[in-house]
Amino acid sequence: MVRGLSRRNIFWLKALIHLLSLGWASLTYYRAGTDQLGGDPVEGILHFTGIGAFNLLLLCLIISPLVRWSRISQFMQVRRLLGLYAFFYALLHLASYILFELQLEWQLLLSEIVKRPYITVGFSAWIILLALTLTSNKAAQRRLGRNWQKLHNWVYLAAGLIALHYIWSVKSDITQPLVYIGMLLLLLSFRKDKLLKLWR
Amino acid sequence: QTHALDYAEAQQQSQILTPEAKVIGHNNFYEFGTDKSDPKANAQAFQVDPWQLRVDGLVETPFTLSFDELFKFAPLQERIYRLRCVEAWSMVIPWVGFSLNALLNKARPLSSGKYVAFETLYDPKQMPGQSNPFRGGGIDYPYVEGLRIDEAAHPLSFLAVGLYGKSLPAQNGAPIRLVVPWKYGFKSIKSIVRISVVDKQPPTTWNLLAAQEYGFYANVNPKVDHPRWSQARERRITTGGLFSSNRIDTQLFNGYDEVASLYSGMDLRQHY
Repeated sequence: MVRGLSRRNIFWLKALIHLLSLGWASLTYYRAGTDQLGGDPVEGILHFTGIGAFNLLLLCLIISPLVRWSRISQFMQVRRLLGLYAFFYALLHLASYILFELQLEWQLLLSEIVKRPYITVGFSAWIILLALTLTSNKAAQRRLGRNWQKLHNWVYLAAGLIALHYIWSVKSDITQPLVYIGMLLLLLSFRKDKLLKLWR
Repeated sequence: QTHALDYAEAQQQSQILTPEAKVIGHNNFYEFGTDKSDPKANAQAFQVDPWQLRVDGLVETPFTLSFDELFKFAPLQERIYRLRCVEAWSMVIPWVGFSLNALLNKARPLSSGKYVAFETLYDPKQMPGQSNPFRGGGIDYPYVEGLRIDEAAHPLSFLAVGLYGKSLPAQNGAPIRLVVPWKYGFKSIKSIVRISVVDKQPPTTWNLLAAQEYGFYANVNPKVDHPRWSQARERRITTGGLFSSNRIDTQLFNGYDEVASLYSGMDLRQHY
Protein backbone atom coordinates (compact mmCIF):
# COMPACT_ATOMS: atom_id res chain seq x y z
CA MET A 1 0.00 0.00 0.00
CA VAL A 2 1.27 3.42 -0.90
CA ARG A 3 1.48 5.68 2.07
CA GLY A 4 0.25 9.18 1.46
CA LEU A 5 -2.62 11.56 1.34
CA SER A 6 -4.83 12.14 -1.67
CA ARG A 7 -5.68 15.64 -2.90
CA ARG A 8 -9.07 15.07 -1.39
CA ASN A 9 -7.51 14.30 2.01
CA ILE A 10 -5.50 17.50 1.83
CA PHE A 11 -8.59 19.48 0.87
CA TRP A 12 -10.45 18.25 3.95
CA LEU A 13 -7.45 18.72 6.19
CA LYS A 14 -7.22 22.34 5.06
CA ALA A 15 -10.97 22.78 5.46
CA LEU A 16 -10.66 21.49 9.02
CA ILE A 17 -7.85 23.96 9.80
CA HIS A 18 -9.94 26.85 8.42
CA LEU A 19 -13.01 25.74 10.34
CA LEU A 20 -11.25 25.28 13.67
CA SER A 21 -9.15 28.44 13.48
CA LEU A 22 -11.91 30.76 12.32
CA GLY A 23 -14.69 29.02 14.22
CA TRP A 24 -12.89 29.02 17.54
CA ALA A 25 -11.91 32.68 17.20
CA SER A 26 -15.43 33.74 16.17
CA LEU A 27 -17.02 31.84 19.02
CA THR A 28 -14.60 33.30 21.57
CA TYR A 29 -15.06 36.87 20.34
CA TYR A 30 -18.82 36.33 20.39
CA ARG A 31 -18.65 35.13 23.99
CA ALA A 32 -16.39 38.04 24.97
CA GLY A 33 -18.68 40.53 23.23
CA THR A 34 -21.72 39.20 25.08
CA ASP A 35 -19.91 39.06 28.43
CA GLN A 36 -19.74 35.30 28.71
CA LEU A 37 -15.95 35.03 28.85
CA GLY A 38 -15.21 35.23 32.55
CA GLY A 39 -15.07 38.28 34.76
CA ASP A 40 -12.71 40.22 32.53
CA PRO A 41 -13.40 39.61 28.83
CA VAL A 42 -10.39 41.72 27.81
CA GLU A 43 -8.02 39.48 29.70
CA GLY A 44 -9.90 36.47 28.35
CA ILE A 45 -9.45 37.57 24.73
CA LEU A 46 -5.79 38.49 25.13
CA HIS A 47 -5.10 35.12 26.67
CA PHE A 48 -7.04 33.20 24.05
CA THR A 49 -5.45 34.90 21.04
CA GLY A 50 -1.94 34.77 22.50
CA ILE A 51 -2.10 31.09 23.37
CA GLY A 52 -3.86 30.41 20.07
CA ALA A 53 -1.02 32.00 18.09
CA PHE A 54 1.52 29.96 20.04
CA ASN A 55 -0.44 26.73 19.51
CA LEU A 56 -0.64 27.31 15.76
CA LEU A 57 3.04 28.14 15.51
CA LEU A 58 3.92 24.94 17.36
CA LEU A 59 1.66 22.98 14.99
CA CYS A 60 3.48 24.65 12.13
CA LEU A 61 6.82 23.55 13.55
CA ILE A 62 5.64 19.97 14.02
CA ILE A 63 5.02 19.51 10.29
CA SER A 64 8.54 18.84 9.06
CA PRO A 65 9.37 16.27 11.79
CA LEU A 66 5.97 14.71 11.11
CA VAL A 67 6.80 14.39 7.42
CA ARG A 68 10.09 12.78 8.31
CA TRP A 69 8.57 10.18 10.63
CA SER A 70 5.45 9.42 8.67
CA ARG A 71 7.15 9.71 5.27
CA ILE A 72 3.96 11.39 4.11
CA SER A 73 5.34 14.42 2.33
CA GLN A 74 1.88 15.84 1.58
CA PHE A 75 1.60 17.10 5.16
CA MET A 76 3.94 19.85 3.96
CA GLN A 77 1.04 21.29 1.98
CA VAL A 78 -0.76 22.51 5.12
CA ARG A 79 2.25 24.13 6.75
CA ARG A 80 1.84 27.52 5.15
CA LEU A 81 -1.81 27.62 6.16
CA LEU A 82 -0.92 26.90 9.80
CA GLY A 83 1.73 29.62 9.69
CA LEU A 84 -0.71 32.12 8.25
CA TYR A 85 -3.24 31.35 10.97
CA ALA A 86 -0.50 31.71 13.60
CA PHE A 87 0.02 35.24 12.29
CA PHE A 88 -3.74 35.81 12.08
CA TYR A 89 -4.06 35.00 15.79
CA ALA A 90 -1.03 37.19 16.58
CA LEU A 91 -2.73 39.99 14.64
CA LEU A 92 -5.92 39.51 16.68
CA HIS A 93 -3.79 39.51 19.83
CA LEU A 94 -2.08 42.83 19.01
CA ALA A 95 -5.28 44.40 17.66
CA SER A 96 -7.21 43.38 20.80
CA TYR A 97 -4.44 44.75 23.00
CA ILE A 98 -4.57 48.10 21.18
CA LEU A 99 -8.37 48.24 20.95
CA PHE A 100 -9.52 46.80 24.26
CA GLU A 101 -6.59 47.02 26.65
CA LEU A 102 -5.08 50.36 25.59
CA GLN A 103 -8.32 51.61 24.00
CA LEU A 104 -6.45 53.31 21.17
CA GLU A 105 -3.97 55.25 23.26
CA TRP A 106 -1.28 55.19 20.60
CA GLN A 107 1.17 57.18 22.70
CA LEU A 108 0.94 54.55 25.39
CA LEU A 109 1.41 51.77 22.84
CA LEU A 110 4.70 53.29 21.72
CA SER A 111 5.95 53.86 25.25
CA GLU A 112 4.93 50.35 26.35
CA ILE A 113 6.77 48.79 23.40
CA VAL A 114 9.88 50.72 24.36
CA LYS A 115 9.62 50.49 28.16
CA ARG A 116 8.28 47.01 28.87
CA PRO A 117 10.72 44.26 27.93
CA TYR A 118 8.04 41.59 27.58
CA ILE A 119 6.09 43.79 25.20
CA THR A 120 9.24 44.69 23.24
CA VAL A 121 9.92 40.98 22.86
CA GLY A 122 6.34 40.16 21.88
CA PHE A 123 6.24 42.98 19.36
CA SER A 124 9.54 41.85 17.82
CA ALA A 125 8.10 38.37 17.34
CA TRP A 126 5.03 39.95 15.76
CA ILE A 127 7.19 41.87 13.26
CA ILE A 128 9.00 38.66 12.28
CA LEU A 129 5.70 36.83 11.77
CA LEU A 130 4.48 39.78 9.68
CA ALA A 131 7.56 39.56 7.44
CA LEU A 132 7.09 35.81 7.03
CA THR A 133 3.41 36.28 6.20
CA LEU A 134 4.10 38.96 3.58
CA THR A 135 6.63 36.70 1.88
CA SER A 136 4.62 33.52 2.14
CA ASN A 137 3.31 33.47 -1.44
CA LYS A 138 4.91 31.79 -4.43
CA ALA A 139 5.85 35.07 -6.12
CA ALA A 140 7.83 36.24 -3.10
CA GLN A 141 9.44 32.83 -2.84
CA ARG A 142 10.64 33.08 -6.46
CA ARG A 143 11.79 36.67 -6.12
CA LEU A 144 13.78 36.03 -2.94
CA GLY A 145 15.40 32.87 -4.24
CA ARG A 146 17.86 31.46 -1.75
CA ASN A 147 17.25 34.33 0.66
CA TRP A 148 13.69 33.12 1.17
CA GLN A 149 14.82 30.17 3.27
CA LYS A 150 17.18 32.42 5.20
CA LEU A 151 14.35 34.79 6.00
CA HIS A 152 11.98 32.00 6.97
CA ASN A 153 14.52 30.47 9.34
CA TRP A 154 13.69 33.47 11.53
CA VAL A 155 10.60 31.55 12.58
CA TYR A 156 12.75 29.84 15.22
CA LEU A 157 13.74 33.18 16.69
CA ALA A 158 10.10 34.29 16.63
CA ALA A 159 9.04 31.14 18.49
CA GLY A 160 11.71 31.74 21.13
CA LEU A 161 10.65 35.37 21.56
CA ILE A 162 7.01 34.33 21.92
CA ALA A 163 7.98 31.87 24.65
CA LEU A 164 9.92 34.60 26.44
CA HIS A 165 7.02 37.06 26.03
CA TYR A 166 4.70 34.49 27.57
CA ILE A 167 6.76 33.56 30.63
CA TRP A 168 7.63 37.21 31.24
CA SER A 169 4.01 38.35 31.17
CA VAL A 170 2.69 36.15 33.98
CA LYS A 171 2.68 37.32 37.56
CA SER A 172 4.12 34.25 39.23
CA ASP A 173 2.53 31.08 37.93
CA ILE A 174 5.03 29.89 35.36
CA THR A 175 3.82 26.29 35.10
CA GLN A 176 1.97 26.67 31.81
CA PRO A 177 4.65 28.83 30.14
CA LEU A 178 7.21 26.21 31.16
CA VAL A 179 5.13 23.46 29.54
CA TYR A 180 5.05 25.51 26.34
CA ILE A 181 8.78 26.16 26.48
CA GLY A 182 9.29 22.42 26.94
CA MET A 183 7.20 21.67 23.84
CA LEU A 184 9.09 24.28 21.84
CA LEU A 185 12.48 22.93 22.93
CA LEU A 186 11.38 19.43 21.96
CA LEU A 187 10.37 20.62 18.50
CA LEU A 188 13.62 22.56 18.13
CA SER A 189 15.64 19.53 19.25
CA PHE A 190 14.43 17.66 16.15
CA ARG A 191 16.30 20.23 14.07
CA LYS A 192 19.33 20.51 16.27
CA ASP A 193 21.82 20.17 13.42
CA LYS A 194 20.13 22.80 11.30
CA LEU A 195 19.94 25.25 14.20
CA LEU A 196 23.59 24.71 15.09
CA LYS A 197 24.52 25.41 11.48
CA LEU A 198 22.48 28.64 11.54
CA TRP A 199 24.20 29.64 14.73
CA ARG A 200 27.68 29.43 13.17
CA GLN B 1 -22.84 27.98 51.50
CA THR B 2 -23.37 31.69 52.21
CA HIS B 3 -26.01 33.09 54.51
CA ALA B 4 -27.85 36.42 54.69
CA LEU B 5 -26.49 39.08 57.05
CA ASP B 6 -28.02 41.84 59.17
CA TYR B 7 -26.21 45.08 58.55
CA ALA B 8 -26.52 48.83 58.16
CA GLU B 9 -26.71 49.62 54.46
CA ALA B 10 -24.26 51.99 52.84
CA GLN B 11 -25.51 55.24 51.40
CA GLN B 12 -26.29 55.35 47.72
CA GLN B 13 -23.38 56.47 45.64
CA SER B 14 -22.68 57.30 42.04
CA GLN B 15 -20.26 54.51 41.17
CA ILE B 16 -21.62 51.55 39.29
CA LEU B 17 -21.14 48.37 41.30
CA THR B 18 -19.30 45.47 39.72
CA PRO B 19 -21.94 42.76 39.20
CA GLU B 20 -22.01 40.14 41.93
CA ALA B 21 -21.35 37.32 39.45
CA LYS B 22 -18.04 38.96 38.50
CA VAL B 23 -17.06 39.74 42.08
CA ILE B 24 -17.48 36.08 43.00
CA GLY B 25 -16.26 34.63 39.70
CA HIS B 26 -13.06 36.56 38.98
CA ASN B 27 -10.67 36.06 41.87
CA ASN B 28 -7.02 35.91 42.72
CA PHE B 29 -6.81 33.36 45.54
CA TYR B 30 -3.87 31.17 44.61
CA GLU B 31 -4.61 28.73 47.43
CA PHE B 32 -7.34 27.48 45.10
CA GLY B 33 -5.46 27.83 41.80
CA THR B 34 -3.91 30.64 39.80
CA ASP B 35 -6.50 31.07 37.07
CA LYS B 36 -9.10 33.76 37.77
CA SER B 37 -11.88 31.19 37.53
CA ASP B 38 -10.10 28.55 39.67
CA PRO B 39 -11.09 29.83 43.13
CA LYS B 40 -14.80 29.66 42.36
CA ALA B 41 -14.39 26.23 40.80
CA ASN B 42 -12.21 24.76 43.55
CA ALA B 43 -13.36 26.44 46.76
CA GLN B 44 -16.96 25.33 47.01
CA ALA B 45 -16.26 22.53 49.49
CA PHE B 46 -14.09 24.78 51.67
CA GLN B 47 -15.12 24.38 55.35
CA VAL B 48 -15.22 27.67 57.24
CA ASP B 49 -17.29 26.55 60.22
CA PRO B 50 -15.74 25.84 62.71
CA TRP B 51 -13.20 28.66 62.39
CA GLN B 52 -10.77 30.30 64.76
CA LEU B 53 -9.40 33.79 64.38
CA ARG B 54 -6.68 34.40 66.93
CA VAL B 55 -5.80 37.98 67.91
CA ASP B 56 -2.52 38.07 69.81
CA GLY B 57 1.01 39.42 69.97
CA LEU B 58 1.84 42.69 71.71
CA VAL B 59 -1.65 43.30 73.09
CA GLU B 60 -3.14 43.58 76.56
CA THR B 61 -6.01 41.19 75.90
CA PRO B 62 -5.45 38.49 73.33
CA PHE B 63 -8.63 36.69 72.27
CA THR B 64 -10.03 34.23 69.78
CA LEU B 65 -13.17 34.52 67.69
CA SER B 66 -15.17 31.51 66.55
CA PHE B 67 -17.12 31.38 63.29
CA ASP B 68 -20.34 32.66 64.91
CA GLU B 69 -18.51 35.36 66.85
CA LEU B 70 -17.08 36.82 63.63
CA PHE B 71 -20.56 37.98 62.71
CA LYS B 72 -21.44 39.27 66.20
CA PHE B 73 -18.20 40.93 67.15
CA ALA B 74 -19.39 44.38 66.09
CA PRO B 75 -22.49 45.83 64.44
CA LEU B 76 -22.11 44.95 60.76
CA GLN B 77 -22.06 47.74 58.24
CA GLU B 78 -21.86 47.92 54.48
CA ARG B 79 -18.98 49.74 52.79
CA ILE B 80 -18.77 50.29 49.07
CA TYR B 81 -15.09 50.30 48.20
CA ARG B 82 -13.09 50.40 45.02
CA LEU B 83 -10.68 47.48 44.77
CA ARG B 84 -7.64 48.10 42.57
CA CYS B 85 -5.68 44.97 41.65
CA VAL B 86 -1.95 45.31 41.01
CA GLU B 87 -2.70 43.74 37.61
CA ALA B 88 -4.37 47.05 36.58
CA TRP B 89 -8.02 46.06 36.80
CA SER B 90 -10.51 47.25 39.39
CA MET B 91 -13.94 46.56 40.81
CA VAL B 92 -16.47 48.39 42.99
CA ILE B 93 -17.66 46.06 45.73
CA PRO B 94 -20.25 46.37 48.52
CA TRP B 95 -18.54 44.70 51.47
CA VAL B 96 -20.18 43.91 54.82
CA GLY B 97 -18.11 43.85 58.00
CA PHE B 98 -16.58 46.06 60.65
CA SER B 99 -13.55 48.27 61.00
CA LEU B 100 -10.24 46.64 61.82
CA ASN B 101 -9.85 49.34 64.44
CA ALA B 102 -12.78 47.90 66.41
CA LEU B 103 -10.89 44.63 66.68
CA LEU B 104 -7.65 46.34 67.66
CA ASN B 105 -9.45 48.41 70.29
CA LYS B 106 -10.67 45.26 71.95
CA ALA B 107 -7.18 43.72 71.94
CA ARG B 108 -5.54 46.97 73.13
CA PRO B 109 -2.10 47.01 71.48
CA LEU B 110 0.89 47.77 73.71
CA SER B 111 2.91 50.86 72.90
CA SER B 112 5.69 48.57 71.67
CA GLY B 113 3.38 47.30 68.92
CA LYS B 114 4.29 49.04 65.66
CA TYR B 115 2.87 46.72 63.01
CA VAL B 116 0.01 44.28 62.52
CA ALA B 117 0.71 40.91 60.92
CA PHE B 118 -1.99 38.79 59.24
CA GLU B 119 -1.99 35.13 58.29
CA THR B 120 -4.24 33.04 56.04
CA LEU B 121 -5.32 29.53 56.95
CA TYR B 122 -2.77 26.84 56.11
CA ASP B 123 -4.68 23.70 55.19
CA PRO B 124 -3.21 21.87 52.18
CA LYS B 125 -5.95 19.24 52.36
CA GLN B 126 -8.54 21.88 51.54
CA MET B 127 -6.39 24.24 49.52
CA PRO B 128 -4.94 22.53 46.44
CA GLY B 129 -2.57 25.43 45.75
CA GLN B 130 -0.85 24.81 49.08
CA SER B 131 -0.31 21.11 48.53
CA ASN B 132 0.75 21.23 44.88
CA PRO B 133 3.50 23.70 43.95
CA PHE B 134 2.35 23.66 40.31
CA ARG B 135 -1.05 24.99 41.30
CA GLY B 136 -0.03 27.52 43.92
CA GLY B 137 1.89 29.97 41.77
CA GLY B 138 5.22 29.47 43.51
CA ILE B 139 4.07 31.08 46.76
CA ASP B 140 5.49 29.96 50.08
CA TYR B 141 2.37 29.31 52.15
CA PRO B 142 0.72 30.35 54.40
CA TYR B 143 0.01 33.70 52.80
CA VAL B 144 1.03 36.53 55.14
CA GLU B 145 0.42 40.26 55.05
CA GLY B 146 1.05 43.26 57.22
CA LEU B 147 0.22 46.89 57.90
CA ARG B 148 1.82 49.60 59.94
CA ILE B 149 -0.27 50.01 63.08
CA ASP B 150 -1.47 53.49 62.12
CA GLU B 151 -2.58 52.15 58.74
CA ALA B 152 -4.40 49.31 60.48
CA ALA B 153 -6.11 51.75 62.86
CA HIS B 154 -7.27 54.03 60.04
CA PRO B 155 -11.07 54.08 59.84
CA LEU B 156 -10.97 52.87 56.21
CA SER B 157 -9.23 49.60 57.11
CA PHE B 158 -11.96 47.03 57.15
CA LEU B 159 -12.56 43.42 58.04
CA ALA B 160 -15.17 41.99 55.68
CA VAL B 161 -17.31 39.00 56.57
CA GLY B 162 -19.66 39.44 53.63
CA LEU B 163 -20.39 41.05 50.29
CA TYR B 164 -23.60 41.87 48.47
CA GLY B 165 -25.52 41.37 51.72
CA LYS B 166 -24.45 37.77 52.30
CA SER B 167 -21.56 36.11 54.11
CA LEU B 168 -18.42 35.82 51.97
CA PRO B 169 -18.25 33.08 49.37
CA ALA B 170 -15.18 30.89 49.94
CA GLN B 171 -13.42 32.25 46.85
CA ASN B 172 -13.62 35.80 48.21
CA GLY B 173 -11.85 34.89 51.44
CA ALA B 174 -14.47 33.39 53.73
CA PRO B 175 -15.14 33.67 56.55
CA ILE B 176 -13.20 36.87 57.21
CA ARG B 177 -10.79 38.94 55.13
CA LEU B 178 -9.06 42.27 55.18
CA VAL B 179 -10.01 45.13 52.85
CA VAL B 180 -7.57 48.04 52.56
CA PRO B 181 -9.04 50.10 49.73
CA TRP B 182 -6.11 52.44 49.12
CA LYS B 183 -3.66 49.58 48.59
CA TYR B 184 -3.34 47.03 45.81
CA GLY B 185 -5.65 44.07 46.23
CA PHE B 186 -3.00 41.59 47.30
CA LYS B 187 -2.68 43.42 50.64
CA SER B 188 -6.29 42.49 51.42
CA ILE B 189 -5.49 39.04 52.78
CA LYS B 190 -8.20 36.39 52.73
CA SER B 191 -9.46 33.68 55.12
CA ILE B 192 -7.57 35.08 58.10
CA VAL B 193 -6.74 32.84 61.09
CA ARG B 194 -4.36 35.12 62.93
CA ILE B 195 -3.88 38.82 63.54
CA SER B 196 -0.81 39.68 65.61
CA VAL B 197 0.49 43.00 66.82
CA VAL B 198 4.28 42.97 66.40
CA ASP B 199 7.19 45.34 66.87
CA LYS B 200 8.95 44.87 63.52
CA GLN B 201 7.76 45.12 59.93
CA PRO B 202 6.36 41.64 59.22
CA PRO B 203 7.20 39.69 56.06
CA THR B 204 4.56 39.88 53.30
CA THR B 205 3.95 37.19 50.71
CA TRP B 206 4.31 39.01 47.39
CA ASN B 207 7.25 41.01 48.67
CA LEU B 208 8.99 37.74 49.56
CA LEU B 209 8.29 36.42 46.08
CA ALA B 210 9.49 39.46 44.10
CA ALA B 211 10.71 42.34 46.25
CA GLN B 212 11.49 44.62 43.32
CA GLU B 213 7.91 44.31 42.05
CA TYR B 214 5.85 44.32 45.25
CA GLY B 215 6.74 46.49 48.20
CA PHE B 216 5.52 46.36 51.79
CA TYR B 217 3.33 49.45 51.38
CA ALA B 218 1.77 48.65 47.97
CA ASN B 219 -0.19 51.90 47.97
CA VAL B 220 -2.09 52.45 44.74
CA ASN B 221 0.02 54.97 42.86
CA PRO B 222 -0.30 55.83 39.15
CA LYS B 223 3.19 57.35 39.14
CA VAL B 224 5.00 54.24 40.32
CA ASP B 225 4.82 51.59 37.63
CA HIS B 226 5.06 47.90 38.22
CA PRO B 227 8.43 47.06 36.62
CA ARG B 228 6.63 45.09 33.93
CA TRP B 229 3.51 47.18 33.34
CA SER B 230 2.13 50.68 33.75
CA GLN B 231 -0.05 51.55 36.74
CA ALA B 232 -1.22 54.87 35.27
CA ARG B 233 -4.61 53.54 34.21
CA GLU B 234 -6.89 50.67 35.06
CA ARG B 235 -9.72 48.67 33.52
CA ARG B 236 -12.88 48.94 35.58
CA ILE B 237 -14.78 45.68 35.52
CA THR B 238 -18.48 46.44 35.29
CA THR B 239 -21.35 45.08 33.23
CA GLY B 240 -21.18 44.36 29.53
CA GLY B 241 -18.65 42.55 27.45
CA LEU B 242 -15.55 43.29 25.47
CA PHE B 243 -16.89 46.42 23.80
CA SER B 244 -18.07 48.16 26.94
CA SER B 245 -14.92 47.74 28.97
CA ASN B 246 -14.00 50.88 30.75
CA ARG B 247 -10.50 52.27 31.03
CA ILE B 248 -10.01 55.01 33.61
CA ASP B 249 -7.16 56.92 35.21
CA THR B 250 -5.76 55.37 38.36
CA GLN B 251 -5.75 57.77 41.31
CA LEU B 252 -3.16 58.12 44.04
CA PHE B 253 -4.26 56.04 47.05
CA ASN B 254 -7.02 54.74 44.78
CA GLY B 255 -8.76 58.07 45.32
CA TYR B 256 -8.89 57.74 49.11
CA ASP B 257 -7.05 61.00 49.79
CA GLU B 258 -7.85 60.89 53.50
CA VAL B 259 -4.97 58.46 54.03
CA ALA B 260 -2.33 60.80 52.55
CA SER B 261 -1.28 62.09 55.98
CA LEU B 262 -0.16 58.58 56.95
CA TYR B 263 2.66 58.97 54.46
CA SER B 264 3.66 62.59 54.81
CA GLY B 265 7.39 62.97 54.41
CA MET B 266 7.81 59.53 52.88
CA ASP B 267 9.21 58.99 49.40
CA LEU B 268 6.48 56.84 47.85
CA ARG B 269 8.79 55.82 45.00
CA GLN B 270 11.18 54.31 47.46
CA HIS B 271 8.50 52.91 49.77
CA TYR B 272 6.34 51.46 46.97
